[in-house]
Order: sequence, then C-alpha cells, then structure tokens
Amino acid sequence: MRHNLEKIRDEAIENISRAKDLEQLERLRLKYLGKKGELTQVLRGMGGLPAEKRPVMGKLANEVRTLIQEQMEERRRDLEERLLEYRLKKETIDVTIPGKKVERGSLHPLTSVCNEISDIFIGMGFEIVEGPDVELDYYNFEALNIPKSHPSRDVQDTFYITDEILLRTHTSPVQVRTMEVKSPPIKIIVPGRVYRSDDVDATHSPIFHQIEGLVIDEHITMADLKGVLDVFVKKLFGERTQTKFRPHYFPFTEPSMEVDATCVTCGGEGCRICSHTGWIEILGAGMVHPNVLRYGGIDPKSYSGFAFGLGLDRIANLKYGIDDIRLLYENDMRFLRQF
Amino acid sequence: MLVPLSWLKEYVNIDVSTEELCNRMTMTGSNVEMVTRVGENIEGVVIGKILTIAEHPNADRLVICNVDIGDKTIQVVTGAPNISEGDLVPVAVEGACLPGDIVIKRGKLRGELSEGMLCSGEELGLTDEDYHGSEVDGILILGEEYTLGMDIREALLLNDEVIEFEITPDRPDCLSMIGIAREAATTIASSLCLPSIEVSPCTGNVYNEVKVVVEDEQLCPRYCARVVKDIKIEESPLWMRRRLIDAGIRPINNIVDITNYVMLEMGQPMHAFDLDKVEDRTVVVRKAKEGENLTTLDDVDRKLKANMLVIADAKKPIGLAGVMGGANTEITEDTNWVLLESAKFDGPCVRFTSKALGLRSESSARFEKGMDVNLPRKAIDRAAQLIQELGAGSVVDGVIDVLNADTNPYELEVRWTDINNLLGLELEPEAMVEILKSLNFGVRHRNDILDIVVPTYRQDINGMEDIAEEIARIYGYDNIPKTLMKGTVSRGMKTERQKKLDYVRDILVGSGLYEIVTYSFVSPKVYDMIDKKMPEVVTISNPLGEDQSIMRTTLIPSMLEVLARNKSRKVEACKVFEIGKIFTPKSLPLKELPEEKQMLCIGVYGDDVDFYILKGIVEMMLFELGLLERTKFTPVTTDTTFHPGRTAAMAIDNMHIGILGEIHPKVGENYGLNTQILLAELDLDAILDLADTQKYYKGLPKFPAVERDLAITVEKDVLASDIYDIIRDFGGDILEVVELFDIYEGDQIPEGYRSMAYSLIYRAADRTLKDEEVDVIHGEIVKALERKVGAKLR
Repeated sequence: MRHNLEKIRDEAIENISRAKDLEQLERLRLKYLGKKGELTQVLRGMGGLPAEKRPVMGKLANEVRTLIQEQMEERRRDLEERLLEYRLKKETIDVTIPGKKVERGSLHPLTSVCNEISDIFIGMGFEIVEGPDVELDYYNFEALNIPKSHPSRDVQDTFYITDEILLRTHTSPVQVRTMEVKSPPIKIIVPGRVYRSDDVDATHSPIFHQIEGLVIDEHITMADLKGVLDVFVKKLFGERTQTKFRPHYFPFTEPSMEVDATCVTCGGEGCRICSHTGWIEILGAGMVHPNVLRYGGIDPKSYSGFAFGLGLDRIANLKYGIDDIRLLYENDMRFLRQF
Repeated sequence: MLVPLSWLKEYVNIDVSTEELCNRMTMTGSNVEMVTRVGENIEGVVIGKILTIAEHPNADRLVICNVDIGDKTIQVVTGAPNISEGDLVPVAVEGACLPGDIVIKRGKLRGELSEGMLCSGEELGLTDEDYHGSEVDGILILGEEYTLGMDIREALLLNDEVIEFEITPDRPDCLSMIGIAREAATTIASSLCLPSIEVSPCTGNVYNEVKVVVEDEQLCPRYCARVVKDIKIEESPLWMRRRLIDAGIRPINNIVDITNYVMLEMGQPMHAFDLDKVEDRTVVVRKAKEGENLTTLDDVDRKLKANMLVIADAKKPIGLAGVMGGANTEITEDTNWVLLESAKFDGPCVRFTSKALGLRSESSARFEKGMDVNLPRKAIDRAAQLIQELGAGSVVDGVIDVLNADTNPYELEVRWTDINNLLGLELEPEAMVEILKSLNFGVRHRNDILDIVVPTYRQDINGMEDIAEEIARIYGYDNIPKTLMKGTVSRGMKTERQKKLDYVRDILVGSGLYEIVTYSFVSPKVYDMIDKKMPEVVTISNPLGEDQSIMRTTLIPSMLEVLARNKSRKVEACKVFEIGKIFTPKSLPLKELPEEKQMLCIGVYGDDVDFYILKGIVEMMLFELGLLERTKFTPVTTDTTFHPGRTAAMAIDNMHIGILGEIHPKVGENYGLNTQILLAELDLDAILDLADTQKYYKGLPKFPAVERDLAITVEKDVLASDIYDIIRDFGGDILEVVELFDIYEGDQIPEGYRSMAYSLIYRAADRTLKDEEVDVIHGEIVKALERKVGAKLR
C-alpha cells in the first residue's frame, strides 16, 4: 500500500507539472482526488488494513493528498498567470494611434476676453450691468456733457435712426442710466456692442465691443482710478506690465486720461505691434465730470467718481495676436477652432 | 497739428532733445503722434556752379561739365538739355543719397569720368511749391544767392523736424505755434518769447475805404477789418513757404500765405478779399437768405440755408463765415486792394454750416471749437506787420473793429482742498499757484480759496475739475499715487441671470458648438433670401450702405451667411451658435426705443448631423436648465424659411419660444448652400426667465423596478409626442421612465404604418411592485393606445 501511495504521488506530481492548461489540470484533479479518483480509491481500501498500520498509512495518505492538492494549486496559479499573460499580450494595441475625436466647441474670442475682464472686476467688487444698443441721443451724448453743437460729436461718426435715436457710439450711456436707478456706491462694468460709421479695414469695424467701468462713491480720487486700472492691467496682461497715464480729453470726464500698457508682444522693447514705442494704448478714463453726475441726479459736492472704457476687440486681438479685426466677424471655423 | 521744430524754437527756448521734448509734451497733454524729418532722404547734395560745358566725345546727347562745388571742381557727365555755363545747380557728389534710396557713385559714362550727378527737382523729390522751377524738364536751376558747396537741404530749408501733435477738441488754442510754444514752455520750464506786433505808420483811413456792418452780433461777436492797397502779388519768401508746407498748408501767394501764416502762428483764421470785387466796398455779416448761392474757393457752387452765416457785400454773399471764402472775391494776380478779415464767429454755427455743406477747412476746424475773442485784433495787426515786412502792399491806417462781446477774462474761485480731494494728492496751495502761474493763469491764494483769472484763450476752463486737470497734468499724472478705493465694501458677482447665460454658453460649447459673432445690421434683402415678408424694422438713416441699413429682427440670415461662407471655403462641417440681440420697433416712425431681445441661434451642417442631433442639443440645454419637461415640440409646416416636413415649433409652458428644423432647400439655394442645413432660433431671454437651474436631490430608489417593453404598430402620422403623452397619462405615478428605443418601417409592417418600441420602467417609492399591479397599468396603457391612436400591439 505504501508503495501504491508513493507511486500515485510520484505519478501525480509528474502529471501535474506537465499539465498544459486548466482543463488538463481539472482532469488530473478528478483522476486523483475525485470521488472515483485513484487516491480516493486507495483511501477507501484503508479499511482492509490491520489496525496498527492504519494510523501510519492514514498519515501517509493524507500527506500524499495534501501534497497533490498543493501541487495542483500551485500549478493552477501558474497556468492562470500564464493565461492572463497570454491574453494581455494578445490584447496589446498601438497606443500611438491618435485618440478618438471628441469635439468640444469654443467661446468666441470676444466672449472669452469679456469673461476674463469681467472676472477681474468682479474680484474687485464690481457688478455687471447692460444697456440698449439702440439708444437715445440724450444718454449717448447730451447727458454725457456733449451737447448737439459739441465738436467732439464729429470724432464719433454716429449712425442715426431718427434725430433723437441712434446706435450707441460707446457704452458710456449706461453711466447716467445707472445713476438714475441706483444711488452710490456704484461700482459697475458695462460690456456691450457699439457702433460707429467707420468703413471696414484691418483695424476698423462699424460694430465693435467695449467695456465701460464706473465707480461713484464718497471720496473717490484720481489716485484710486490709477490704482484700480493698474491692478486691472497687471491681472490682464501679467504682473510685470507697466502702465502709463497720459492726459487726454473726454467731454464726460475731467481730468481725463489715456492709459498705455507696456506692449504685450515685446514687453516694452519696441516691436511692430506697438509701432516701436514699447507702449500700447488700451484705455480711456477719467474722473466723472460734475455735469454728468448732475445729469444722473447725483450731487457732485457729496460724491465723486471715475469712469473708464476699453475696446474689447482690440484687447482680444492683442491677447491672441490677431492682426485683422475682420477675422472676429467672419467666423471662419478654422479661425474659431483656434480658441 | 504739424509743428516745424524751427518755427516752435522761434518762440520758446528748447534745450532738450526732440525725443525728450516729445515725451514730456505727451505727458502734459499734448500727445505726440509722429516726428518726421524734412528732406531726410536727401544726403550729400551740394550747390555747385557749372564752369564749363563740353561735348562728350562718345555720345551726342551727353555733355561733360566742370562743376565748382566750393572746395573743389569735379567733372560730371549729364544729359540734361537746360543747363548753361554759370548756372547754380544741385550736385549729388559721390556717396550722396537721393529719395528712393538711390546712392550716387563715381564712374564712367561712355568712357568719360563722372564724379557725381546734377539733380533735377524730381530727383530730389521737390515740386514747384518747394522751390520755383523744380518741375522743369531738366536740372533744377537755383538762384544766384547761394554759396558754392552749401548743402542743398540747408539752402532750401529742407532740414527741419516736424512734430505732429494730437490736439483734443477742447484745446483749439493749441492749433497754433504759439499755443504749442506756451505748452512747451510750461512743460520744460523754459521761457516764452512771443513776436512783438508792431504796424509801421501808415497813411489813409480805413473808414474811407470800406464799410463794415455786422447784422448778427450773436453769431459774430467780433469783426476786425483792415485794408491794404498797392498790392504786389508774388510768391512768398522761401522761409515762409517752407514753414507753411511743413505745417501742411500749400503756399498760394504772398497775401494768402500771410493770412495762413498768421493762422498757424497765432491760431486765428483770417481771410483776404479782393476789395475791388466787393460791391459798394461794403461788408455785411448776416445770415444767408434761403435760395442764395455761393461758389466757394474750391470752385464748388453751394446752396446756402437761412441759418448759415455769410460775409456779403452790398448785393451778394462773398464768403461763408469761418468756413471758406467766395471765388467771386478771390485774390488774383491783378488784385490791387485787399480787405483783411479777422473775426470771431459762433462755433456751433460754423460747425453746422461746415457739416451741412460737407466742407471742412483749417478755419472751420478752429472756429467750431471756440476762439479767443481777444485774438482777432492781434492777428490782423500781425498780418499787417507781415505785409509791410514782405513789401506786399501798403497798409491803410486804422482797423475797423466791431466788438459785441466781453473781452474780460473769466474768473473763478476754487477751494484748493477740493482739488487735492479729487486728485488724491496733498499738494500745498503754493505749489498749485506756481503751476497755474506757469500756465499764465492769474492766481491769488487766500485761506482755503484760490482766486483764479483764466487766460481768454483757455475757453475750456469752467470749474474746479478743469483747474484740477491743469494742476494734475503739469504736476504729472505719473506722480499721482496708485491707491485702492476706501469706503463701502461692495459685493461683486454676476446676477443669477448672468450666471445662467454663462451656463447656456458652457452647455452649447460642451456639446461641440463654436460661438460666432455677427453684425447687428443687415440688408433689407435678407427677407427675400429667407423667403419671408419684411416685418417692421428699425432703419438706420445714414448707413454705410444699403447692405447694412436695418437692424436685424432675426439671427437666421447672419447665421446662414456664416454657414455659406464656411461651406464656400470648403469647411466640411460647421456647428455654431450665436447669442445676439434682435430689434423690434414698438411703433413707426420710431418714437421710443425699440424692443431689444436676446436670441439664440444654432446652425449646423456636415455629414454627421440631422434634425435629431440639433434637437438633441436643444433638449440637452433645456434639460440642464430644468425646462425639458415643460417643453413641447409641435410640427410646423407653414414657415417658409424651413422644410415643411422637418420643422418643429418649441413651446415652454405653452409659450412659444422658437423654431428648429431643416432649412428649406430653396432658402439654402439662395445662400449657395446645396447641403442639409439645420437651424434653431430660440428666444433666449424667455428661456433665461423660465430656467430653473437650482438642483434638488431626490432619494435613491429603495425598491426594485419592473421593466416592461411595449411594441406597437401605428399609422405613420401619429406623433411620437402624442403616444408619449398617452403612455404618461395612463402610466400614473408608478411609471418612472418611458423611452422610445426603436422605430421600424418595412417588412412585416403594413404600408403607411410604423412600429414603435418603448421601454417602460415602473417603480413605487414605498414598496416592491407586484407583477399583477404592473400588469393592470400596463394593460390600461395598451388599451388607451388602441383606443386613442389605433395602435396595435405587436
């Protein structure tokens, strides 16, 4: 019997080590350990042994069984491992083939820039207000200290609907509109579309976009205006951007200024974009003229404020390096996909 | 304003470089746009005298000249026909540069040495205006007064720097050399030296020669006249012509040039009439009579209107006040008597006249901005002085000066603390006084007040804020600190509606659409293009062209244009959207502002799009905005822009919101689009008003669902939405989800019918549903479908 057991053991180990796949292994399990398996048969024959031999033989049989089981388990793990390896190898793909196309659209560059600028001012406590494109002469000119005979009306070539109704030439009419419905403190920006009868070329469009800003409160100073615009320019174009404030004239602000920033493209070295001056003009601004405050029903003795305006199209072009304003309105997909 | 530097230097001592001057002028408010150097493209051309002219041995048309160029004599070969021995001519010596980047080298011409080139006026880039005789065919022959070897630029005064200043409309006083000189003197803290105006003793009496009547004192507060006789019309001296040219004005003759010179120097527009042509030697300043005509100096016959101011003689207009003189009294070579005019005309009136006639001039540009009432008298004397100096005629004694205005300067008092408060500065009053004095203001400081006397040429100064600007710009905007606002803390955030709008954009972009931006005005023809009747529209009275003359009432035409443009540029697929305003008049003619409504337009074409893709995007947006369940789509067969079988109207809570569908092939054709175009136009304002983006958590299901499929055959014209509504109605609370998962026509389905398969999920929130319970409901749905739409269970 001992001999028999040892034979089964040796043969089983030999066979297990040769098993090629899980199926063969399963057959071997049945062959040796199954109900009718060889080892089971041997164990069944234990009853015929003399009592004193039984414990020794029993122990040996169990050892053989455990050994076979262990061998089988080991072989199974081995085979499974190899199978997985084989599968994974078979499943190998060329990861350098381009990915499947998922198309996401994009915002128009004017919207993106408007959002970016709005976020900066919202961060400084501004709200966003809008006004009509078709506007009264009163709000567009009169209430901004530009009476009918004012020479600066010539500067802004205006599209008229009637004598009193026009397409706004700037976003500034929203200044007095806001003052009429809101008392100070006022801290708003006004993005919007504006119209001037300029013929189209690379730098002109009869329709373009502006963002107006207006702050009215007690004790607002020109130093505050400079502070706010400096923060804005640095946030928009980078912390190293310098600002230059030049005296200028607008009928609705006094004192007035134009604001230059160091050229986005060359950083102030001088290049084609900045006409080799190192500076680019980006803003008009000033302290709100007392007449405008009065038109808005605000007492200039108690309140002061500042206003500023910038051209979105120009900022978008500067930021993205677009050299022709017409591209913004042509909407060529090959252009739009770049943003 | 073009300012020749040499002219400026006559009035102000400038000891800084041009670059520094320009930078500093810009920072005090006179923005420099450009600096040009006159004659900078001429170099190495000197004055030479032709000593001998000899025939060229090898060429009939060439001659050999010996030319004395001061320090030596050189040999030059030339082909010019017009030279003689003894002529003074410009000689480009070896290494010289001429306009067009031409460099002169010595070399042999047909075997003979030529050490330079004799220049024509054209080769130097000169015209008769620059130097008389420049345009002759041949070499420029110069006058005899020049020194040999002298640089031609020096000789012809082609060596100035010209600074172009941007003058803002509030500063007409700076439209003059003296105005700029005043600014420069303050800016660089230098001294100002203005010309002393002195008219030498004259004979005669102006009152005997001309009569001046100012009928409209309002529009002509001051009119000064002088008379000059024995006029000798000739070319002005080179220095004067050069200055005029460099400042951008064409020289004409001595008299006209002097009036222009004075205008440029002092800022006062002037005019000279041929007095012999002035009827009755009487000048009347009056309003034009309706129907009167005047041919202006530019030879255009102009119809005048009653509110225009004219200068007339006893019978007819002879000039448009402040705008342009009349051809009928123009100065000519035969002029003997001249009437000089120097006046102040009402700015708005000049502006109106010049605008109405489309005629702008140097004169109108100054008058319309408001002139100093004290200037006409000084200017007319300055002109008389120049006439005497140039010997252009003899000035008759006396000035007619009709004055109906206050010539006293404007005075105001301001609190200097107000100025500091506005600027955010802490300047001492003394510092302010010093700045204002440097700008020729009279100032006295008492306690917290500054008493200020404003120079009469500063018509832009009215209140404290104007004084503050003067102080700020001279103190230096750059020297004002940058501070952050104190005061009320404000809440900066977008409104709910603004956030929703951002969200809509995000959704659309996320679904693969690109945003476009198009013009708000369109052609009236677009309605033909989209096969619609033109509605009432807002019309621009002065459009750039017919094509951009009305404010749009729909975004569809602009969208189709963009799609067509992309298609024609061979862009294979286009998926775009625009958010823009449309404009609807409330009444016509427009009495009040039109209604402006924000619309959303989506347009797509390409291989992978169809109606359901477009609808899918719209539904996704509606779902995200919490609106999908409140939205209903119904077929539209009558909209002429769209395909009658592939178009739906969209309503939310039974309110019409817009339309979506395939563009009618005829409309597509109008835009050159022969492909399937899908388009939606929705009322975005309404959508944003209705949208509810607030999300609420609903508990996850605790009990299992029962899933049943339902396949029916119905006639093809039964709408899916009707079937859906029936299923929903009869499904009750336990019907959780209804999903149409298959539509089939063809084999086994009778002609005119289609099969529709739905997946229905039943679930109760509080218990496990029993099959029998579901069977009852499901059975009722089937019966209802049979009864209401004749469905047959498959």
